[in-house]
Amino acid sequence: MTVVALDRVAIGPTAPPRAPVGLAVAGLAIGAGFAAPFVYLLVRNLDGVTGFLDVVASREVTEPLWRTLWLAVSVTIACAVVGTTMAWLVTRTDVPGRRFFAAAAALPLVLPSFVAALALVSAFAHGGLLEELLGFDTGLRIEGYWAAFTVLTLISYPYVYLPVAARLVALPRSLEESARALGRRPAAVFRTVVLPQIAGSVLAGSLLVFLYAVSEFGAVALLRYDTLTRRIYSARLLDPSAALAMSLLLGAVALIVVATERGITKRRRRVEAAVTGGRPLRARLGPWRVPAFLFAATIVGLGLLAPVAVLARWAVRGLMGGRNVLGRTSDVGSLVEPTVNTALLAVTAAVVAVVVVLPVAFLTSRYRSRTGGVANAFVVGGFALPGLVIALALVSWTLRSPVLEVFYQTLPLLVFAYVVHFGAQAMRAAQVAVDGVPQRLRDAAQALGAGRARRVRTVELPIMMPSLAAGGGLVLLSVMKELPATLLLAPIGVDTLAMQIWGAAEEGFFAQAGLAALVLVGLSGVLTWLLTIRRMERLS
Amino acid sequence: MRRSRPVAVALALALGAGALTACESGGGRRVTIYSGRTEELIAPLLERFAQESGISVDVRYGDSADLALLLNEEGDKSPADVFLSQSPGAMGYVDGSDLLRELPDEILDQIDARFRAGDGDWVGVSGRVRVLVYNREKVDLGTLPDSVFDLTQGRYRGKVGIAPTNASFIDFVTAMREIEGDERTLAWLEGLKANDAQEYANNIAIVEAVGRGEIDLGLVNHYYNEQAKAEDPGIASENFVFPNGDIGAVILVTAAGVLRTSARTDEAEQLVDFLLSKEAQEYFAEQTFEYPLAAGVEPTVEDLPPLADIAGPSVELSSLGNELAKTRELIQQAGFEA
Repeated sequence: MTVVALDRVAIGPTAPPRAPVGLAVAGLAIGAGFAAPFVYLLVRNLDGVTGFLDVVASREVTEPLWRTLWLAVSVTIACAVVGTTMAWLVTRTDVPGRRFFAAAAALPLVLPSFVAALALVSAFAHGGLLEELLGFDTGLRIEGYWAAFTVLTLISYPYVYLPVAARLVALPRSLEESARALGRRPAAVFRTVVLPQIAGSVLAGSLLVFLYAVSEFGAVALLRYDTLTRRIYSARLLDPSAALAMSLLLGAVALIVVATERGITKRRRRVEAAVTGGRPLRARLGPWRVPAFLFAATIVGLGLLAPVAVLARWAVRGLMGGRNVLGRTSDVGSLVEPTVNTALLAVTAAVVAVVVVLPVAFLTSRYRSRTGGVANAFVVGGFALPGLVIALALVSWTLRSPVLEVFYQTLPLLVFAYVVHFGAQAMRAAQVAVDGVPQRLRDAAQALGAGRARRVRTVELPIMMPSLAAGGGLVLLSVMKELPATLLLAPIGVDTLAMQIWGAAEEGFFAQAGLAALVLVGLSGVLTWLLTIRRMERLS
Repeated sequence: MRRSRPVAVALALALGAGALTACESGGGRRVTIYSGRTEELIAPLLERFAQESGISVDVRYGDSADLALLLNEEGDKSPADVFLSQSPGAMGYVDGSDLLRELPDEILDQIDARFRAGDGDWVGVSGRVRVLVYNREKVDLGTLPDSVFDLTQGRYRGKVGIAPTNASFIDFVTAMREIEGDERTLAWLEGLKANDAQEYANNIAIVEAVGRGEIDLGLVNHYYNEQAKAEDPGIASENFVFPNGDIGAVILVTAAGVLRTSARTDEAEQLVDFLLSKEAQEYFAEQTFEYPLAAGVEPTVEDLPPLADIAGPSVELSSLGNELAKTRELIQQAGFEA
């Protein structure tokens, strides 16, 4: 009953207006920047159109493509459930340890996927840590679909968790209070009142999970699930034209999925509500407190604590005097500079990404704008392309332009690469944020004589902040672990933690790799808490 | 050598004026190397070169294949002077794209023709030998086969690990094709598949799996078990080198070449020359447990046979780059995910 009334209030009777010219031009420019990798793929494939069709139609491609889609769809569904549940538990219930879970639940995202996969194998495979603890053979072989599904779900549910949690803290309590007062149980309140209001955020996060799963390489390669991206990597040097054709196919799939999702979002009736502030309503879980706690503990335990335990074991082995072939022990001091670099790059890229995508978010959410729709597709679709493709595309564009050439292998280009690769994460959060500002508030501000800039600054931004912080937080975590673009585009001499982890793991220096990965997890915890979780909590 | 550049300062400068960080600081002699060998393993050696020669070294580290693609994309705009590839295949790709310049005879003459490009565009600087890694608690050394071709026998069913997408396996199979022919190579690959050979992502995953006892045997480069044992002396994996010049014990080189577009060929050639010097070769022998390939230095790892006893490749190594696609085809044809 409540919801029906809400709908009637929320949906404006008029179609959205045309976009202001300035905003449309900005959207066009931004869209062009994000289209760079797609255009590169198109141009490189033009050399052999028939070759492209042959490759795309071959069984060598279709079978991995189906596996990719199957993995991505199932991981997306699992992440939607896990991420939403976690978000609801930590923001809306009295689950024990919820403040710890609120921060810890975001962190699995920072684990480089190959590290998470290695750690899972070391922990649970035959002869691993678990068998040592249990004292008998489990005979487990960690590989194939289920292993890839588990690892990807555990490290990518935060794509859903963060935006949904951000939305939940920004929701007013009045509706839920009314529903509760009318005698609805917490579960029923969640289904009928809360869920319709967070559905946009769930969908936004799920799309990110899908695109990430499609582009993921490190974990599927180690766990031996033969996806299209794995094929792209294994063919990149041996059969470059096939790799380019498969990359273009991946890009096309991403654009189709993004366009479809946008169609669904547009048609979905928008449910918005006034922001009343105040503490969000917390459901008393009663007898469900223990199962709820166990659920949260299992997810965080498997996604964060188990990998950290394995990493710690490697690191301790190094610190206790284990040596690598060079006879060198682990070195904490060498990680100081990469840590500082990682933090600064990630924060810069996160802020730039949020700022850059905001105009497109306004275009797509407020106005009737074809430009906005196209720009949105390229911004979001770019997330599905392998990092290596994005890096090579930017190398190509930069070096072929006399104006841009001076930026080659400089930090601005590296930050730009991060923004192109991960802008999708800020984008979807920004759209949710823009959607979340009630029309009535904007109307009121306008009636009181506030100009557009002032309205955005004083009325809209504060309301959008939790969602924007969540989007920035996702970009931050992704940049911290990014490797292929960093290796190719960073100025020589600029070292990041992900580079350190890779360099050490590549040659089997697990002690040093473990140490660097632990520093990465610690740093991400501090930054996520400072920049995202705290900002999200400020409203409550 | 590696100038440490705090990002904070650079970001402030670079975001303002873009080009600032691209400018070379100082006018001294310098050389830029794209290194497919990781920092941990090569940086100490490059530091020594910088000290002794007075030439500053700027290094971009990365995967050999990725760096080869980068060089190809950069073309004549590449800032690189030297490419150091951990895989002959990646070096062959760069050579095949005509990006390398011929090295002078003084450098080429230092190294056996087996371990350099036929066209003189690159030289091997150190070698890793293909081995059979085995779990000493599950397998008796005396029962190990004399040839890699024996691994298709029924008694090894489901017990052998390979890494069909890994560069070193691809390079190895390419060498096998050169020496034994495509037909025999394909038959061997099909035999492995029929014998339920287990697939892994890379050398390290195989050594770990053998160490844990998940599989008994694996085909890898010898280096990875040396490192695994250094880090965890209790690990149950051991290297076994196929005897009698068997192709299963072929040497894969880490190769160095000078870019055609380099404007600092003197410095670049000086660096390559240094990598072949006694000092550098001893470093490879003693510090990274590899086969030195020049300056008369002998390997130091106990269980490695002398270089003269190792199989080929008596083939045109520089053709490896072009042969990679065909190799991948054969591996796929045999039913492996490559």
